[in-house]
Amino acid sequence: MGVLLVALPLLGLVVRTPWTRIAEVLTNETTLTALRLSLVVATSAAAISLVTGFPLAWALARGSFRGKTLVRALVVLPLVMPPVVAGVGLLAAFGRRGLVGSWLHDWFGVQLTFTTAAAVLAATFVSLPLAVLALEAGFRGLDERLEDAASTLGASRWYVLRRVTLPLMAPQIAAAAVLSWARALGEFGATITFAGNLQGRTQTLPLAVFEKLQTDQAAAFAISMLLIAIAAAVIFALRGRFLR
Amino acid sequence: MTLAVDVIARRGGFVVRAAFEAAGGETVALLGPNGSGKSTLVATIAGLLIPTDGTIALDGTVLDAPTGVHAPPERRSIGVVFQDLLLFPHLSAEENVAFPLRARGMDRAEAHERARRLLERLGIAERAEARPVDLSGGEAQRVALARALVGEPAMLLLDEPLSALDVGARVRVRELVREELARFPGVRILVTHDPVEASTLADRLILLEDGVVTQIGSPEQIRDAPRSRYAADLVGVNAFHGGLDRIEDGAGRLSTDEGDVVVGWPEGFEGEEAIGLLRPADITLSLEPPAGSARNVLEGRVTSVAVEGGRARVRIASAPPLVAEVTLGSVERLGLRDGVTVWASFKAVEVRVLRP
Repeated sequence: MGVLLVALPLLGLVVRTPWTRIAEVLTNETTLTALRLSLVVATSAAAISLVTGFPLAWALARGSFRGKTLVRALVVLPLVMPPVVAGVGLLAAFGRRGLVGSWLHDWFGVQLTFTTAAAVLAATFVSLPLAVLALEAGFRGLDERLEDAASTLGASRWYVLRRVTLPLMAPQIAAAAVLSWARALGEFGATITFAGNLQGRTQTLPLAVFEKLQTDQAAAFAISMLLIAIAAAVIFALRGRFLR
Repeated sequence: MTLAVDVIARRGGFVVRAAFEAAGGETVALLGPNGSGKSTLVATIAGLLIPTDGTIALDGTVLDAPTGVHAPPERRSIGVVFQDLLLFPHLSAEENVAFPLRARGMDRAEAHERARRLLERLGIAERAEARPVDLSGGEAQRVALARALVGEPAMLLLDEPLSALDVGARVRVRELVREELARFPGVRILVTHDPVEASTLADRLILLEDGVVTQIGSPEQIRDAPRSRYAADLVGVNAFHGGLDRIEDGAGRLSTDEGDVVVGWPEGFEGEEAIGLLRPADITLSLEPPAGSARNVLEGRVTSVAVEGGRARVRIASAPPLVAEVTLGSVERLGLRDGVTVWASFKAVEVRVLRP
């Protein structure tokens, strides 16, 4: 029953995909632009998630500080929050009249909404938790005493990080990168709410699917197929994690 | 070259106080039972744990001081071999050994050249490319030793270097450790719970019990005059620790928590705390109350009989508990085995009384 629930939509997609004109749909200007933008947005979001998530995961795994539980809850919240609410929240913070946004606008003349940066921000918001959770697991699985041993051997903190911590965490770092990248790639609700749906600037693949669904259903199915192919590739890349 | 330690260190509610010195060219063993605070002390000396009070100085350089001085581990010239080695699993044996040199900025070629030479000296050059997971216990131990030595530190700190090895490997690695200790010019500290390891490898022993140093001395000194129950156990004698009262001319009663013993009154003692030592061979066992003149006659059940060479060590749950050493003939004649009740007797003058 459960398997059927997952399999039927997939089957539906396969049946409805216009295989004969798939090449044409996928290479037309709108799709290519959306694809290019999606790659830029997802990769930037994954990179930001990794870089900002690393110290955060370290603090959650190793640190002992007041409010740690609160911080963890805060970090995980975007996972369970409706993406559209995330978008509204981002608007409230970074929109032109937002908490930080008004300040950015008045002082620097920067407006985030309706820019690619906004799409990246929205994607980062939802992908950061996945990166943090994967990295935190990495820190927990790492024997801290190996780092201690390295420091008694004369290694500075930076050297320990580079030659011991990062290499030993490589599998979890890769997992964090792939998971957050995949999540960012699929991001829809927060993006459309906060960044809008502007071709070439904020229209990523999922947004393109949404738009095509109203004008050219076959194209929507074709792009969906592409996204599924990417998802399958992700699962393949992380097969050690998901498929045992 | 000297290490001077006088610290109080705390880890997880457990407090260790230790004060001792170790000079270059001698091997000092830190000997204590499990849970005595050895690893806390190792972490403190290595710089991984900041002492709550006191100082550590190596070669005149203050590493820790109450004034807030704390040299981080990477700035201490101490080569540590950890109890579970902690070899880097993602690096080959040779890369592990080259690590300290690379960390200090030596170029790759030279660091690996030196690492390889050291692995050769330790007899495992052919395993240079192997990952730690593929090394045998003895091989891994040698790699860890090489990694600690390669940076030519001022001090070597070996934490239970043989405990992870099986018996066969232990003998071989012990020889190797002895050789390497002998050629190492700096301060050498060996941490162990194994008295055999300590007395075969070290010139001086520091006994640590419940976080406190109880005795410092050469193996001979400790054998002659153990100052605690643990030390007495190590050298195989009975120790009675308690208050001494005069009961008549020439005799006194040593009252321990577990029972009293009559001893010859020692020269120059007034009523005070004392330790009485009794050699197991000076105890006579019988199945009936003995008729002799011995002042101490204690009844108790036998709790273990261990045969060592031609003799047997018999543990007796008397008050205080005793270990007696008897011939195998006596074991047979008296039918000594667990659960048998015996009478143990010894003369007051056989108990040597020392100040604790």
